[in-house]
Amino acid sequence: MRRRVQVVVVDPVACDGHGVCAELLPEMISLDPWGYPIVSPEPVPFGLDREANRAVASCPRLALHLLDAPDGVQAAAPPPRTASRS
Amino acid sequence: MSPLLPRLLRGLGADGASIGLPAHLDLWGPLPDTRRGGLVDDVADAGLRGHGGAWFPAATKWRAVAGAGGRPVVVANGAEGEPASAKDALLLERLPHLVLDGAVAAARALRAEHVIVFAPARRRPRLIEAIEARRRSAADGVSIELAVAPDRFVAGQETAVVSYLNGRSGLPTFARFHPVWRSGVGGAPTLLHNAETLAHVALIARFGSEWYRQAGRPDAPGTVLLTVTGVDGAPSVVETQKGALLGAVVGGIDRQRCRAVLLGGYGGTWVDPDTASRLPVTEEAARAVGATFGAGIVAMLPHDRCPLAETARIARYLDQEKADQCGPCVRGLSGMVAELDGLAFGARRAGDAARRLGQLCDLVEGRGACRHPDGAARLVRSALRIFADEVLQHQQRGPCPESRAPGWLPTGDEAPRHVRSGNGAIRPGATGALTSRSRK
Ligand SMILES: Cc1cc2nc3c(=O)[nH]c(=O)nc-3n(C[C@H](O)[C@H](O)[C@H](O)COP(=O)(O)O)c2cc1C
Ligand code: SF4
Ligand code: SF4
Repeated sequence: MRRRVQVVVVDPVACDGHGVCAELLPEMISLDPWGYPIVSPEPVPFGLDREANRAVASCPRLALHLLDAPDGVQAAAPPPRTASRS
Repeated sequence: MSPLLPRLLRGLGADGASIGLPAHLDLWGPLPDTRRGGLVDDVADAGLRGHGGAWFPAATKWRAVAGAGGRPVVVANGAEGEPASAKDALLLERLPHLVLDGAVAAARALRAEHVIVFAPARRRPRLIEAIEARRRSAADGVSIELAVAPDRFVAGQETAVVSYLNGRSGLPTFARFHPVWRSGVGGAPTLLHNAETLAHVALIARFGSEWYRQAGRPDAPGTVLLTVTGVDGAPSVVETQKGALLGAVVGGIDRQRCRAVLLGGYGGTWVDPDTASRLPVTEEAARAVGATFGAGIVAMLPHDRCPLAETARIARYLDQEKADQCGPCVRGLSGMVAELDGLAFGARRAGDAARRLGQLCDLVEGRGACRHPDGAARLVRSALRIFADEVLQHQQRGPCPESRAPGWLPTGDEAPRHVRSGNGAIRPGATGALTSRSRK
């Protein structure tokens, strides 16, 4: 079965800038100067599904969501975890 | 049926009176029965785009609503929260049956049973009269209801409209999961159009797509209503064929008298007078110069005003009018206001406000539940681009003397203005009410 390609989106009305998501999924989420998440528009890369799901489940405001990407969008290999933390 | 101008504004009496149902039907003939379908194709063939600001192809929306399943609802959006716009007010006050025809034709074509007209309280008397007249004639076969729009800038944003009609806050919502075409009023698929878009539908339903395309250009067919505010500050609504040169449409843009032209409204863009003069009235042409016609707003800043001061005032208005829901919009817009206030009115400052403003624009774009912050960023970016010299002068020498002049475009507190309508008729009594806006 083909793997579902998904994107991470944040509902800005619900989000209150806890920043938990950026800690759990730093490959895809950084924080702006006010502490609100900036989410990569790219599909969740291979190998990061578990982390993405965990970030979504951990958001205290239920503001983070995984959405199916439009047809034809391909997931990329994940960046190395350490590199993106620097 | 002559395709020439005026089209939508054809029914305007010189005395400024509102056209009643019998006179409307005398002028345009009966509204054809659009129940058998086909109107969707006509709207597609006409190339009709939305006139509420985004210029989205209307037929794409209709097809999405038709394909969503369930019985749709049609909403005529007459909120017109934009202070520099008066075209929807003109339509709803003086040509209400054109808008109602369009909504009814759309409802019939999509098998909707219910039309909602969403408009500010000051539109109520005229709309109740018009809706009552139609109820008595019993020709529509759909129910028409009036909902009074809250008096605030974001009230007319589509998810805000739906939120209000569903008895909630009336503020924009994050609609990635439930776009209004799929799940809108009462959860039903909802076709929401600007009042002017529906007025065009009324004529496409009668005369077809080929007739619609006789005006304008093949790549930009039809006509458009523009609210033009001259350097004297007096707004008027004009109808033009798409593709006409803006300079000609507004009777010339005099560089000596006009410092810059605001296109597309408060969430639009500043354009220099020469570029504006030569600009064909099409959304594509506007976008090619980094601008937008938005909801058809053209405002000419007089030469004796400071464009940075005016931008700061408009930004302050947009900041006050934001819905205070989304972090980046809340923080970003107030940050922009602080920077612009410093730049426009503050003491001499060496700081690089322009760079910080650019960063704030980057930080808000695409990050709100609605496009309000994107509009603010668009305005600010255009100011930095068009008024680079003024920015430098303010930074080096402090505010210019013109920045002390009073605000020019309405930003909330000023007295009602008089609006001239299409054929130049002035009727202070009725038209004063057209743009008077009370702050919430
Ligand atoms: C902040 C904001 C305010 C808006 N206000 C209005 C409005 O007052 N009237 C309107 O027709 N559209 C308004 N819009 C656009 C609507 O969201 C929607 O796109 C439009 O009504 C759709 O109609 P159309 O397809 O006929 O253009 C606004 C959008 C934003 C982001
Ligand atoms: S964890 Fe949730 S509330 Fe916190 S910043 Fe991320 S999305 Fe926003
Ligand atoms: S983006 Fe701004 S105006 Fe739009 S809903 Fe969010 S806070 Fe309100």
